[in-house]
Amino acid sequence: MGVKKFVVGNFYDEAILFPAVKKVRRAGYKIHDVYTPHPIHGLDHAMGLRDTSLHTAGFIYGIIGTATAVGFITWALAVDWPLNFGGKPFFSLPAWIPIAFELTVLFASVGMVLTFCYLCQLAPFVKKDHFNPRSTDDTFVMALECSDKTNDTELISFLQEAGAADVQIMHKETDWWWGRYGKETKRFEKQIPAQPVH
Amino acid sequence: MSLLRYESHVRAPLVDGSKDYHQVTEDICRPVEAKPSKLWWMGFLISAALLVFGIISVTIEVIYGTGQWNLNKTIGWGWDITNFVWWIGIGHAGTLISAILLLFRQGWRTGVNRAAEAMTIFAVMCAGQFPIWHMGRVWNAFFVLPYPNTRGPLWVNFNSPLLWDVFAISTYFTVSLLFWYSGLLPDLATLRDRAKKKWAKSFYGVAAFGWTGSTKHWQRHESLSLVLAGLSTPLVLSVHTIVSFDFATSIVPGWHTTIFPPYFVAGAIFSGFAMVQTLLVVTRKVLGLQEYITIEHIEVMNKVIVLTGSIVGIAYLTELFMSWYSAVPYEHFAFFKNRLDLSSPYGWSYWIMMGCNVLSPQIFWSTRMRRNLTLTFFMSILINIGMWFERFVIIVTSIYRDYLPSSWSTYYTPTIWEVGFYLGTFGLFFTCYFLFSKFFPVIAIAEIKHILKRSGDNYKKGNLGIETEELEEFGHKNLEHH
Repeated sequence: MGVKKFVVGNFYDEAILFPAVKKVRRAGYKIHDVYTPHPIHGLDHAMGLRDTSLHTAGFIYGIIGTATAVGFITWALAVDWPLNFGGKPFFSLPAWIPIAFELTVLFASVGMVLTFCYLCQLAPFVKKDHFNPRSTDDTFVMALECSDKTNDTELISFLQEAGAADVQIMHKETDWWWGRYGKETKRFEKQIPAQPVH
Repeated sequence: MSLLRYESHVRAPLVDGSKDYHQVTEDICRPVEAKPSKLWWMGFLISAALLVFGIISVTIEVIYGTGQWNLNKTIGWGWDITNFVWWIGIGHAGTLISAILLLFRQGWRTGVNRAAEAMTIFAVMCAGQFPIWHMGRVWNAFFVLPYPNTRGPLWVNFNSPLLWDVFAISTYFTVSLLFWYSGLLPDLATLRDRAKKKWAKSFYGVAAFGWTGSTKHWQRHESLSLVLAGLSTPLVLSVHTIVSFDFATSIVPGWHTTIFPPYFVAGAIFSGFAMVQTLLVVTRKVLGLQEYITIEHIEVMNKVIVLTGSIVGIAYLTELFMSWYSAVPYEHFAFFKNRLDLSSPYGWSYWIMMGCNVLSPQIFWSTRMRRNLTLTFFMSILINIGMWFERFVIIVTSIYRDYLPSSWSTYYTPTIWEVGFYLGTFGLFFTCYFLFSKFFPVIAIAEIKHILKRSGDNYKKGNLGIETEELEEFGHKNLEHH
């Protein structure tokens, strides 16, 4: 990972952002990410991201929850220590539906949130670069990753033509690291200069 | 893009005034970033004082036992379980607003969901206190969990509604908390990136989990919210259903009815919305958020109140009919002698319940009344008094005179420590709410931005022309990007 070189452009309107994303992709540039203050439906498809499978994971966690509840209660009440409640059968499934349902929901929700945090690498004390602090306010920030073959000036003017404002080159850490936002911390003290073009 | 953004002008705007994204951030973050007002300090200190009184009351109960309360062998559940059911009922509106209304695509939920969800979490925290401290030997509270123990292991009774309650409420609390906090992450990141003070940067930095607003993260976040909403919808219905099973699966006349689950759920939504109104009518005024929590929002919630209040009313009447129709003398006694009859010891509580829950909300059939803030505030308090009495009626009038006259109880009044415990939960609730309204954005910023260009006042006005546009002209303007 480490520090990489990016060309970063700001957009203030989704109506300009969408065609710009399409233009950039058509021109063959690699979009590192677009940071937005709120979810924009369709932007993920415009950027060519694949659909998330988080809900499938949630379904699997839910099934595990149901199986855990029914399995454990069956073992506890019918195998390990059968107790006679008013002559009713030891294996009395209808009475276990509430707990089976609750554990299904519990496992699915907790599992999904943990998976979400893992996939997005979110946790307390995690610190990340996100180019422009205004991207959580009112600015849509598009970051294009530069390789050693990228012509910076060409890319900058290309982005400006597509409608981006304040286009600039930034060297940013793409990975997360442990740190507090109150203190200026950098994962790598020294910035790695981009490879010169031969 | 305006094609995607269009919403009929017949629908009232959800955000008033001329707003852009930055203005939304400014407006909602202002109360968080400003110094707390004198009013805030006053409210906070009163709540904290109530909380302290509650802690003292509970401490005395723990030291001397549940004998400190006026419960006896006949009235084993009194104020404590009444309060438990009351709080848990209040804790239903938040998840209803955030989950069910999300699935129904009700845009207006965005203005109120954050505060309502927070309220839900605090109400469930208050509710949980009652069964726990009611145990008496609270140090044995972990006995309700199925853990391997040295007594066999002897497992808990999974067939018992009281154990279902343990699972239902702990699940409900956990899921509501996760739902609320995952929705908060983007807004905490907004506060983090705006923060000027060092402590605020650190606090919101830690709390925001390193949220960046990456498109992929938003995509997952949307999926997470949708599935959590889908899971919470049956969950919120199940929780109060299971609470009603605590009563309905017994054979006590007055409890032994199959109508309880839907009747309890409707009552829970009813009282929950009333509490949301109590809080939001004040919050919007004090924090200056009238443009985000508009009169429209208040009106819509009053519509929910009149609907659920009427459902509750039908349930009361159905109960009466079924008790008459059953021809069971004990049922007759419980309903017609112990409740309806004003001359019976607790007859008055039944009629307070009827008056507050069934008759008074009918005023909201009138649009003018629904849009009257003072009346809304007054009604919201009245409804919660009524809903408290509903639980009191169900619990106390059913058990204080049941099958055997020799075991009938004398008139039950709470001791100061029972009342203190109840007031203490008010302290807990409002202390939490005051802290929340100071340190967290009370409106979901990202969600407001998401609907702004469709339902914001100034954007809707800009879209008015579409309604009279020729088809060709419309296509020319809107379809070029696609």
